[in-house]
Amino acid sequence: MKVPENLNYSKEHEWAEQREGGVIRVGVTDYAQDAMGDVVFVELPETGQSFAAGESFGSLESVKAVSDCYMPVGGTVTAVNEALLDAPELVNKDPYGEGWLIEVEPSDEQELENLLSAEEYKQYLTTLKDEGGD
Amino acid sequence: MAKEGLKRTSLYETHLKHGAKMVPFAGWEMPVQYCGILEEHKAVRTAAGLFDVSHMGEIWLEGERAAEAVQKLVTNDATGLQDNRVMYSPMCYPDGGVVDDILVYRAADRRYLLVVNAGNRDKDLAWIKEQVGDLVDVTDRSAETALLALQGPRAEDILQKLTTLPLAGMRYYCFAAGKVNGTDALVSRTGYTGEDGFEIFVAWEKAAELWEALLEAGAGAGLQPAGLGARDTLRFEACLPLYGQELSEQITPLEAGLESFVKLDKPDFIGREALAGQHRQGPPRRLVGFEMLDRGIPRTGYPLRDENGRQIGFVTSGTFAPTLQKNLGLGLVETGYARRGTIIVVEVRKKMLRARVIPTPFYKRPK
Repeated sequence: MKVPENLNYSKEHEWAEQREGGVIRVGVTDYAQDAMGDVVFVELPETGQSFAAGESFGSLESVKAVSDCYMPVGGTVTAVNEALLDAPELVNKDPYGEGWLIEVEPSDEQELENLLSAEEYKQYLTTLKDEGGD
Repeated sequence: MAKEGLKRTSLYETHLKHGAKMVPFAGWEMPVQYCGILEEHKAVRTAAGLFDVSHMGEIWLEGERAAEAVQKLVTNDATGLQDNRVMYSPMCYPDGGVVDDILVYRAADRRYLLVVNAGNRDKDLAWIKEQVGDLVDVTDRSAETALLALQGPRAEDILQKLTTLPLAGMRYYCFAAGKVNGTDALVSRTGYTGEDGFEIFVAWEKAAELWEALLEAGAGAGLQPAGLGARDTLRFEACLPLYGQELSEQITPLEAGLESFVKLDKPDFIGREALAGQHRQGPPRRLVGFEMLDRGIPRTGYPLRDENGRQIGFVTSGTFAPTLQKNLGLGLVETGYARRGTIIVVEVRKKMLRARVIPTPFYKRPK
């Protein structure tokens, strides 16, 4: 499983990337896309909508099931990845790149510190494997 | 790391070796996918796929009165069923609800094989013994019988490399006993994908060897191992019912659109009276196929409503249909909403999304 060093992670398997201008880009991890299987449908919020950390902002649907996506940090949506509407498979092909979901103006930058580092997230994934679940 | 209480087929290690993702299904630990559901689905539609369906149950009815026992149990008519022919049929309770939907194989005058759904095997066995145990010997050979399904337009070419049975002459819903890859097998031209294909019964311990031999024989033809995920999307596009979704103890075969498999002119069978009554009055609900007009995917159990918001039924199955590239569903609705072109509303996680009733099956293989 790929876990890029420069990102922060939630236990719900979302990643958060600090970008220029204080914007946070959000997506799902390689682990999440692998567990879901082929993503065939993406539901994203409108720009301007606000969500608290941990709140569901959208969903990804695979052939078999629906998975909610949760805000790694609270904030206001400034951009959504429109390309996913026609090409949901980008989430599988490039979860950390072209498969990004939304960009957020965080309401409280301190919340980023609650997220896991790459090292901590890798550690967290090994505990999931030990339990044999996903 | 065996998950608690789950059974494994003799191919368990083989599946892991081929990169399968294993999930619990009907009391079994089964492969849901190998390389990915969409790719496996496509392989079956365009080339071939190989499925382990050893979890299915095999129950034999043997004895002088075997034909009579079959006729009593199932709603379809086995009178004209010849040796080496297969028949699909619901098996009902007296109230018309469905115990299971099964395949009936006539091996000989006095020997019939019933292939039943994995999740219903224990229930079916108890039911069959209770109903016809005094007429015939009922033997569950599920534990010693493995079943592989080789499905897709290239299935015949691939299987022919491993057997001298003349497959080109074997018609749909026929079967034959013979050697496949040097081992005793029952080969039937049946399946659950909407494609041409075969199902191959072999001894439990011979399945892994046959699996590898088939994959090797099909390597140049685009054969891929395929899991239960693709099996479900394939059968869904072909609108083949899945017990527990389109059929259940609460859904009659007439409601599910299976009237051609319910022979009310047959003198007697379990459920006949109730089904004849429902046929006379017209079933109160009908299974329909629908296509989403708004963006969203219907899923099993989602409510179906009329345009005023009144609930008129529920989704039995739904997904993104890979071959058709559309979000489609099957649902049980009040009969008044079953007409083609009717606009219905699917409640998708609190959102009201419009859909239109369309003809079924969604997918028919090109002849």
